[in-house]
Amino acid sequence: MASLVIAEHDNKVLKDATAKTVAAAAQISSPVHVLVAGSGAGAVAEAASKLAGVEKVLLADDAAYAKMVAEPMEKLILSLAGSYDAILAPATTNGKNYMPRVAAKLDVPQVSEILKVVGPDTFERPIYAGNAIATVQAPAGKKVITVRTTAFKAAEGAGSASVEKISAAGDPGISKFIGEELSKSERPELTSAKIIISGGRGMQSGDNFHMLEKIADKLHAAVGASRAAVDAGFVPNDYQVGQTGKVVAPELYIAVGISGAIQHLAGMKDSKVIAAINKDEEAPIFQVADYGLVADLFKAVPEMEEELTKLGY
Amino acid sequence: MKVLVPVKRVIDYNVKVRVKADQTGVDLANVKMSMNPFDEISVEEAIRLREKGKATEVIAVSIGPQQAGETIRTALAMGADRGILVKTDGDVEPLAVAKILKGIVEAEQPGLVITGKQAIDDDSNQTGQMLAALLGWPQATFAHKLELSDGKADIEREIDGGLQTVEVKLPCVMTTDLRLNEPRYASLPNIMKAKKKPIDEKTPADYGVDVTPRLKVLKVTEPPKRQAGMKVKTVAELLDKLKNEAGVI
Repeated sequence: MASLVIAEHDNKVLKDATAKTVAAAAQISSPVHVLVAGSGAGAVAEAASKLAGVEKVLLADDAAYAKMVAEPMEKLILSLAGSYDAILAPATTNGKNYMPRVAAKLDVPQVSEILKVVGPDTFERPIYAGNAIATVQAPAGKKVITVRTTAFKAAEGAGSASVEKISAAGDPGISKFIGEELSKSERPELTSAKIIISGGRGMQSGDNFHMLEKIADKLHAAVGASRAAVDAGFVPNDYQVGQTGKVVAPELYIAVGISGAIQHLAGMKDSKVIAAINKDEEAPIFQVADYGLVADLFKAVPEMEEELTKLGY
Repeated sequence: MKVLVPVKRVIDYNVKVRVKADQTGVDLANVKMSMNPFDEISVEEAIRLREKGKATEVIAVSIGPQQAGETIRTALAMGADRGILVKTDGDVEPLAVAKILKGIVEAEQPGLVITGKQAIDDDSNQTGQMLAALLGWPQATFAHKLELSDGKADIEREIDGGLQTVEVKLPCVMTTDLRLNEPRYASLPNIMKAKKKPIDEKTPADYGVDVTPRLKVLKVTEPPKRQAGMKVKTVAELLDKLKNEAGVI
């Protein structure tokens, strides 16, 4: 049969998470179709049609899907489910929101946040905040899966899929989007940034995060934080990297004033290179860091900014 | 309005998890168990609703072994009114939990079900959404703030990139995120009082639910270990390594 990937987007831009989910889907069941559910999302469908490995893009363009509210998304995906033996979504807050509804209605167990496709019905997924990895086999029948996108690489090359408009499946009318407050930032998003600089409790205040922002601007990096820094009110929750926040795997992760609690490591230990600055030589972050600098961050971070300027960043 | 709060007994969040040598799971023998932290937030929110006069009764439900009764006692000590223990040994998957909860909802007719967004053992993040779907109810996951009014709830949710507000009709399922509230500690008098609060005992069969797991766990292993690297002495050396050795800046 085929697999269906639910696209992640904001009606204008197709998010990287989609291409990575397509890569996972291709290992489970081909061909791969992508569903773009949105409002005024033609450009997103166009972008999805150019992803390597995609055979067809389904575009459901309706006001009900503008914010991917879970209840209409459930109806739409169920209306298409019959033609697919695997349905996948990235494990974003959207995917985590609507996918279990689909699984429940299909009466199949969902496999959450897969890290690896071992076989068409066998997957690795993290449990206990990534402190253990379970290899699970799904029963015969449809697979409903969310994908930890940092664990997959988007397929290279370009595709040329057809875009087919499909009709909306109706809105149950029991929920509606009221509004949103999105963090405005010129910097890349945490989950897709190549470099992330994160601050922890050691930053001591929200104002001190400006030091990290200056570095971030030089390196085109995103700014993140540990749960301790979020709980202390230094920065908003959407900065949070860790078990209860975002899981990231950039090329370079710079941890500043972060001790390295298990729950934080769960969110960043798959980064390619980890650098840590902490004044406590015994901090657990140094056990996972490729490069550790034992130093007072209030001296080291401004110095880093100067040095980067000297190097022409 | 009744509020139903499912609570799960899980390994305490401070305990370091150890994978069993035979790869069948993690070692839970003689390990401290506690209420799932997100469920504590659910219990707290439900109690606050009753204290504000928006809820009449808070019912804590747990599905698990006899010891899950202790988790219900914890909820009762925080202030829940009564408990339901659905006794079963072994792992119960989110879909089976949702089916049992559906049966309880049909019997109790709550106006709101508050679940934690995920349990910190299997990290599935499914139960609340599945329950809502099975009931045909709306949901608001990852709740940051709840405002109840006539027949509806306005719920602010934590989403990638910020906050989103949805309006859902009641009854609904809400799943809690970390910043919804700070759960209270149970006081000694309340712990004593909780011992007298009733807990009904049920079985999955009472709700006609087969809890046999459908996902087969083939093995559980340790994640790949990261090796500690090197210490550098200066910021300049750090940048040099990042640029010339690792090639990441």
